[in-house]
Formats: sequence, C-alpha cells, structure tokens
Amino acid sequence: MAVRAASKPATAMAPDLASSPGSYTDAAVRCFALAAVWWGVVGMLVGVIIASQLAWPELNFGISFLSYGRLRPLHTNAVIFAFGGCALMATSFHVVQRTCQTRLFAPQLAMLVFWGWQLVILAAAITLPLGMTQGKEYAELEWPIDLLIAVVWVAYAIVFFGTIGIRKVRHIYVANWFFGAFILAVALLHIVNSAAIPVSLTKSYSAYAGVQDAMVQWWYGHNAVGFFLTAGFLGMMYYYIPKQAERPVYSYRLSIVHFWALIFTYMWAGPHHLHYTALPDWAQSIGMIFSLVLLAPSWGGMINGIMTLSGAWHKLRDDPILKFLIVSLSFYGMSTFEGPMMSIKTVNALSHYTDWTVGHVHSGALGWVGFITMGSLYYLIPRLFGQQQMASVRAIELHFWVATIGVVLYIAAMWIAGVMQGLMWRAVNPDGTLVYTFVESVKATYPYYVVRLLGGLLYLGGMLIMAWNVVMTVKRGKPAQALIPTVTLALA
Amino acid sequence: MESLYLLIPLSVGLVLAVLAVFGWALNEGQFEDLASEGERILTADSTSLDTDQTRKRPSPEK
Repeated sequence: MAVRAASKPATAMAPDLASSPGSYTDAAVRCFALAAVWWGVVGMLVGVIIASQLAWPELNFGISFLSYGRLRPLHTNAVIFAFGGCALMATSFHVVQRTCQTRLFAPQLAMLVFWGWQLVILAAAITLPLGMTQGKEYAELEWPIDLLIAVVWVAYAIVFFGTIGIRKVRHIYVANWFFGAFILAVALLHIVNSAAIPVSLTKSYSAYAGVQDAMVQWWYGHNAVGFFLTAGFLGMMYYYIPKQAERPVYSYRLSIVHFWALIFTYMWAGPHHLHYTALPDWAQSIGMIFSLVLLAPSWGGMINGIMTLSGAWHKLRDDPILKFLIVSLSFYGMSTFEGPMMSIKTVNALSHYTDWTVGHVHSGALGWVGFITMGSLYYLIPRLFGQQQMASVRAIELHFWVATIGVVLYIAAMWIAGVMQGLMWRAVNPDGTLVYTFVESVKATYPYYVVRLLGGLLYLGGMLIMAWNVVMTVKRGKPAQALIPTVTLALA
Repeated sequence: MESLYLLIPLSVGLVLAVLAVFGWALNEGQFEDLASEGERILTADSTSLDTDQTRKRPSPEK
C-alpha cells in the first residue's frame, strides 16, 4: 500500500502514511452490490410472469408451483428482501465506512451476513413455490427461515453498529441514522410479527389469532414499508445524491428534523390497512390520523433531496445517474402524498382491495425504491472495481428512459383499473341490487392488466440493460482498495 | 383487541427509547455544528480531518 501511495503526486501526504489506517473493507459491499443486481433481474422477472398470469391465467400451465398464489410471495420477497435487502446492506456497509472513516467492524462477520442472507433468499425461493407459507404478507417465510433471518440480522446489526462504535469522526452522518433506525426497527418488527407455534418443520401457526393477528400483521406490514422501504433507502439518498451532485445536502438541519419526525410517527400508521374491518373504529382513526401526519416528514425529505440540486440543475441534463436519483424522489413525493390520501376512510372505501393499491405500492417500489437503488448502484459499482464510471453511460441513460416509461405505464394502468373496479363494485341499482357482478369488473380490467404487463416488461428490460452494464464494468476493472483518509492531529 | 395491549406498550416503549437516543445525541453534541457536517462527506475522501472531528471530544473550555 505504501508503494501505491508513494506514487501519488501529493507528497505532502507522505508523513501521514506511517500512521495510515489502511484501506476500507469492501468485500461484503462488492458481493451485496452484485447480488442486488442479480436478484433485481430475478425478482422483476417473476413479477412479469405473474403480471401475465393475471392477464392470461392459463399461463400457470396447471402446475401448482407456477400458480399465481405461490409465485406472488416469491416476487414480493425477491424484490423487497433480495433486491432491496442486498442493496441496503451493500450501501449501508459502504456509507458507514466512508462517513465514519474507518474499516468495517468484524469484516468476516460482514461476509457471514452476506452468505447468511443468500441462504435466506435461496430458502425462500425453494419453500414459497412449494406452498410453505405463514400466510402473512411480506412475512410469508416459515419459522426455521425466520430464525435464520433473526440470526443474520443480529450479525448485520453488530457489524453496522460496531462500525459506528469505532468511528474516527465524532459526528454520526445523517445517512447512518436512517440505516441504524431501519436495522433496529426491522429486527423488532420481525421478531414480534413472526412469533408462531411450530407444528412441524414446515408448518406453524401464528401466536396471535383473528383481528389481533391482523393488527400485528399490519403493524408489521406498514412499518416494513416505513423502515425497510423508506428509512433504509433515505439513508442511500442522503449519501449518494450529495456525492453524485457534488453538493452538500440542501439543509442538513432539515435532514435531522426529518429523521426524528419520521421515526416518531411511522410506528402508528399500520391500522389504515384495516379500515372497515373488525378492528375497532378508534384504532382505524388513529391509523388514519398518523398516516396524514406522515405527509409532512416525508415531504421534508423529498424537498431536501431535490433541493440539493438547487443551483446545479444543469447537472440533471447530462448525468443519467442524477436523473435516477432525483426522479426517485419525485416518485417518493408522489407516493407519500397518495398514501396519506388513501388512508382517509372515505377514499379507502373506494380504493381498498382494488388495483389502485397495487399501483400505489409500485409507484413507491418501482419509482422510489428501484430508482434510488439503481442510481446508488451506478455510483457505487464502478468505484468498487477501480473504475471512474460504468462501462456505458449511454446504457444508463437508456435504462433510465426505458424504466421511467415502464413505471408510468404501470401505475397509470393500475390507477385507472383501481378506480374503475372501486366504482363498479359499489354501484347499486335503485332496488338495492348490485349493478355489476364481480367477474364483470375482472373482464373490464383485462386491457389494463395487459398495459401493466407492458410496463413491467419495460422495467425488467431496463434492469437487464443494467445487468449487462454491470458485467462489462466488472470485467473491465478489478476489485479496488480504497484508502482511508488519515486522521492527523498535527494539522489542527 | 388484546393485540393492542402488546402493540401500544411496544410502540410507546419505542418512542421512549427513541427519545433517549435523541437525548444522548443532543448531549453528545451531535447537532452542534450542522452547517459543516453536510459538506464533510464531499471533502472527506481527500483531506485530513481536524482535531475537533476526531473521536475524542474537544476540551469543554474551548
């Protein structure tokens, strides 16, 4: 390493090198980043398959493990926990080292987290198509896998918080607060919601029953959205947007306020998933009110991220990575406006159980989570392999446009389909009978399912372009050692 | 609604825990010089750190 550093023109740095703290430990970051791209392709492919099954049900070919009910949890688990999870672990391990200016705490344990997490994904990919499920949305995996997740997650927490503990910079950068909250909250949610009584290796029953079970499930489900799909990815946002834009966060103060406001309010919004059910009315109302309150901190983050570009908007013109990052925030703003609106009971009476919900989820998942991840990985991957940029910047641009058109087609189709379904289901004749049978609404939805499939195909196509670009970049480079800047007391 | 007997104390406990962490961060001086913290990540790769950003806190009289 001394040889590498000595070849640098900055000889003024030389005296410091004796006490050089070495280089960052990026092996786990590299593995997770590449795994995220791979699982992104797989998860989105499964999504495209089930989208075509909704349009043409014969496509399950009468094979039980290709049926919609089994592939749908495979899709959600693959995109959220495999694609999103790997991306979060890659970026959190990268950001925490850079902002704390220290190596990872227990790098071997970080590699164990990687292999443990891949084992969880593999177990999910086998058991879900076989129909082994706890039947809880986003928490389908059976109890032995749940235990494995808990162990891997604790190891992940040890590495992350251990690194914060050995940091060389006193201030903890805001991105780390978001990653930290995500890690702790997900641990708590997972343990409480997955409490179950096993009856065999592959079957268990929830520790809760009836409406209790539903409430625990949606306390988990909504906070999984809040902490896994929001807080974690906001951590990415607060590091990679300033880095890519080469400008500091618009208001660092707002980022702190936004963090604490979000953390305090998110835990209470879950009941809005259970409007007009057996859940007591007051609990539903609390859920609705907290959901409405959430609009403020959510938009605080969105404005802060977008305004980071203020005075440098021209960068958006020819930097496709920034396009990904900034457009992701517009989708974040859209879906965090739409979410509180849909949590209002009267709106929910129309939207619930329709494809509007599916459209809402995907505007957040494809637009916000997907785009912020892709932008961050496009920043991260070349640097991990000693390159200045991706093998093809034009391919990033192409990916951006293909994916954007895909998202717009997807969510527009689902909005129209959802509102139409809601209106058809509630239409009543003067004599009190229903105007439409359910199957009439299914038939009316058919063209929108085809458009949605087209949107999904475009989004998957974009992901394939990314995978090709990543392979070319990795081939061109080799794993790079990044030096930790030396902490010099002498300069003070 | 027995599940609320679990979830509400859990959520209240969590809010208290978050408050405690917030208090710790405040006392530790995490929010003292916010203006320069945002800039730090942009320069950290190339420049050395100054003393008051090393792990130990500066002496209180400073």
